[in-house]
Amino acid sequence: MWEYISAYIDGEVDVELRARIDKHLETCEICSAVLDSTRNVVVLIADDRVFELPAGYSKRLHERIDRELESSSDLAPD
Amino acid sequence: MPIPSNPEFEAECIRRILAGEKHLFHELIRTCERSIYFMLLSLLGNETDAEDAAQDTVIKVYQNLRMFRGESQFRTWVLSIARNEGLGRLRKMSARREDSLDAETDETTGDYTPAILTSWREVPLEALERQELGEILREAIQGLPAIYRNVVLLRDIEEMDVRETAQALGITEGTVKVRLHRARAILQRELAPKLKGFAPERKRKLLGWTN
Repeated sequence: MWEYISAYIDGEVDVELRARIDKHLETCEICSAVLDSTRNVVVLIADDRVFELPAGYSKRLHERIDRELESSSDLAPD
Repeated sequence: MPIPSNPEFEAECIRRILAGEKHLFHELIRTCERSIYFMLLSLLGNETDAEDAAQDTVIKVYQNLRMFRGESQFRTWVLSIARNEGLGRLRKMSARREDSLDAETDETTGDYTPAILTSWREVPLEALERQELGEILREAIQGLPAIYRNVVLLRDIEEMDVRETAQALGITEGTVKVRLHRARAILQRELAPKLKGFAPERKRKLLGWTN
């Protein structure tokens, strides 16, 4: 059962397997809890508040690009 | 939230940049800059190196723009350049050997059994207002072996699909799925005892308060 949790979360199990898993989940408290908590971890880490860009990252990046654009010649197509 | 890519916009942008409208490169790279940074943070492990490498990556993307043939998504191509930049730096930083290139070949060790728990099922997103929770999640992800960290980062954090992740990392789609499964199991196991305190009080305490 545990092997399928990740695929189940991503909707990558076929209809038949999904039905079997759903049936199992109805009666198995442990697997339900593992599935819910794993899905919760996936949702939490995807939140923008967990991984934020450093302050000023984009500004500094584009300033560097500006310096490169000013110093380089045109990128002539081949 | 990741910005969806737009191949037509990208192709038009690249054509015009190569024709001399260099300033459009700012717009072209904007949709990728977040992914570039987190790919490099995942590889290099600290913000200063990740930002430095991100800047060098973006300059390399610009200098090699005419090499992009549209065979993959633009962002995938950019991320493969970022990954090469990161791996090149890692090779120079021998101090990090134990968690870098060696880990690329080792997929057999580790405990992928989820923690059995019934004490919590869901920590609400509002709990992220507490800095402490973000810190616990970041530490857990940084603590993953590199091969798993990269896949989690691209699949679950940058929300790239399996195909794009496989291309960006130079591995098969099957390997992406296996690594993601194992990584999630490791994270669930690692986080299970730590997240308990962030779960809401039992609902029964709220009975009588619902509108």
